[in-house]
Amino acid sequence: MFKLTGRERVMDIMNNVLLLIISLTMLFPFFYIFSVSFSSVSDVLNSEFLLWPKDWVTDAYSYILGSDQFIRSLWVTIYITVVGTFVNLVFTSTMAYGLTRNIIGQRVILFLVLFTVLFSAGMIPTYIIVKETGLLNSLWALIIPVAISPFNLIIMTQFFKGIPEELTEAALIDGATDIQIFSKIILPLSKPALAAFGLFYAVGHWNSYFSGVLYLNDPAKWPIQVILRQIVIVNEPNAALGGHAAMLEALPPPETVQMAAILLATLPILIVYPFLQKHFAKGVMLGSVKG
Amino acid sequence: MAGMLLAFKDYSPFRGFTESPWVGLKYFKLIFEDTEVIQVIWNTLQISFLQIIFAFPISIVLALMLNEIRHQIYKKLLQSIVYLPHFLSWVVVVGITVIFLRSEGLVNSFLVNFLNINPIPFLTDPAMFKPIVIFQVIWKESGWGTILFLAALSGISPQLYEAAVIDGASRLRQMWHITLPALKSTIVILLILRLGNVMDSGFEQIFLMLNPFNMESGNVLDTYVYFKGIQQANFSFATAVGLFKGVIGLILVVLANRLAKRFGEEGLY
Repeated sequence: MFKLTGRERVMDIMNNVLLLIISLTMLFPFFYIFSVSFSSVSDVLNSEFLLWPKDWVTDAYSYILGSDQFIRSLWVTIYITVVGTFVNLVFTSTMAYGLTRNIIGQRVILFLVLFTVLFSAGMIPTYIIVKETGLLNSLWALIIPVAISPFNLIIMTQFFKGIPEELTEAALIDGATDIQIFSKIILPLSKPALAAFGLFYAVGHWNSYFSGVLYLNDPAKWPIQVILRQIVIVNEPNAALGGHAAMLEALPPPETVQMAAILLATLPILIVYPFLQKHFAKGVMLGSVKG
Repeated sequence: MAGMLLAFKDYSPFRGFTESPWVGLKYFKLIFEDTEVIQVIWNTLQISFLQIIFAFPISIVLALMLNEIRHQIYKKLLQSIVYLPHFLSWVVVVGITVIFLRSEGLVNSFLVNFLNINPIPFLTDPAMFKPIVIFQVIWKESGWGTILFLAALSGISPQLYEAAVIDGASRLRQMWHITLPALKSTIVILLILRLGNVMDSGFEQIFLMLNPFNMESGNVLDTYVYFKGIQQANFSFATAVGLFKGVIGLILVVLANRLAKRFGEEGLY
């Protein structure tokens, strides 16, 4: 360890303090939202500044969780996330494996994939294709158009190419077919990579908002992010929650409902986040190996 | 991909894709006659370049700052915190923004109660749209943006620093002569990628932030395509705008890549 001079020690302390402030700015909204969501009516009405709830009130949460619309949209999102991620992994990994084999036209296919990264004609052609294939207003419209992310595909191809060729050659000599090589050698060796890709895809599905608006007309099929927008940004919590308010004597204040809704919709992300941590640096590093 | 042929046709949903007549470049000519499109392109470029000027360097500075932290566990903790906003949806980020900035929100009640000034209509004032959008991007993505820089930083051989210390270089000098040159190629590649996307400016974010009051300063190409194409069912015109955008983006990537190679960097391809 080098000795620090006086001036450098001051710089070091300033650096630490500054970073602490930055990370507090990242966390502050969560603390605030958390504490307001548990606050009582009077505290919110007095608009006191709260960093910790005075008395813990869970009205907002029971109100939201009592809404059929909210629960239904949660299920829709869970369905899309689970099925969508499975579809993502199956299609991305099989295509990536195909691209590592020396097949005819491999370079052409790779070029086409790269081309879609750099160039796209935009939303309308995609919309028309979804419409003409009859996917409109079906949950598959949120899954199939994003089945393969070209970026992830390229990274996964690079990863598969990094697996020693001796393994696949040995299997070929033993008479294994491509499908056997893929399922018995390649996949087990890439479990950590698949987990990383899966988590990224899953977060993407959970957070996706716009495709729900674009492709789904039926409110019963709306994913959670669409409902969340109605509650918070459009500022109509009661309408968005399906108006079961009439059954209650007193509504919890809209502020607390909005903040509770944000927390509930973010909770799954916050729960998987520690697991993501382990994987994401790895996932990004895979991408930095240039091909 | 075949869908982009729409731009050269007079598409109507009733006649279908194949039956719609060809109209050549009619819609492309319309783009340049439309003053609204010019305004929208200008908004898009402004937001993109403001992002490159403000948000991009912040990631580099943040990475350098994190790199100076010696305590490993503390460093890991700070990293986890600054990466977190990247995993939130735009609905949540815009939602938080709305909660903080609306007329009865935290920021305005602070302004009124403590500073005794009038509340600022952050969410409806067209002049506030771009600064808020840039700030959101900084808040959400600058931490995540450090990952590639930190990776490049960890690849620097400690011997270089040792030699510099023996030669009497201060920490700032070390940063200037060792650390920044080591980041150069990462910076160039990320800038090329970003330049290729200047015509994109974060669709979901902008779409969620737009309201009838800030439309003139916030409407960008992507949202314009949505309003024209889907809401007003003007499919062919919107496709032409999208295609125009894609072609410009492609040209920019190719140019930026050439430029990078001229400066002796590896480039993207």
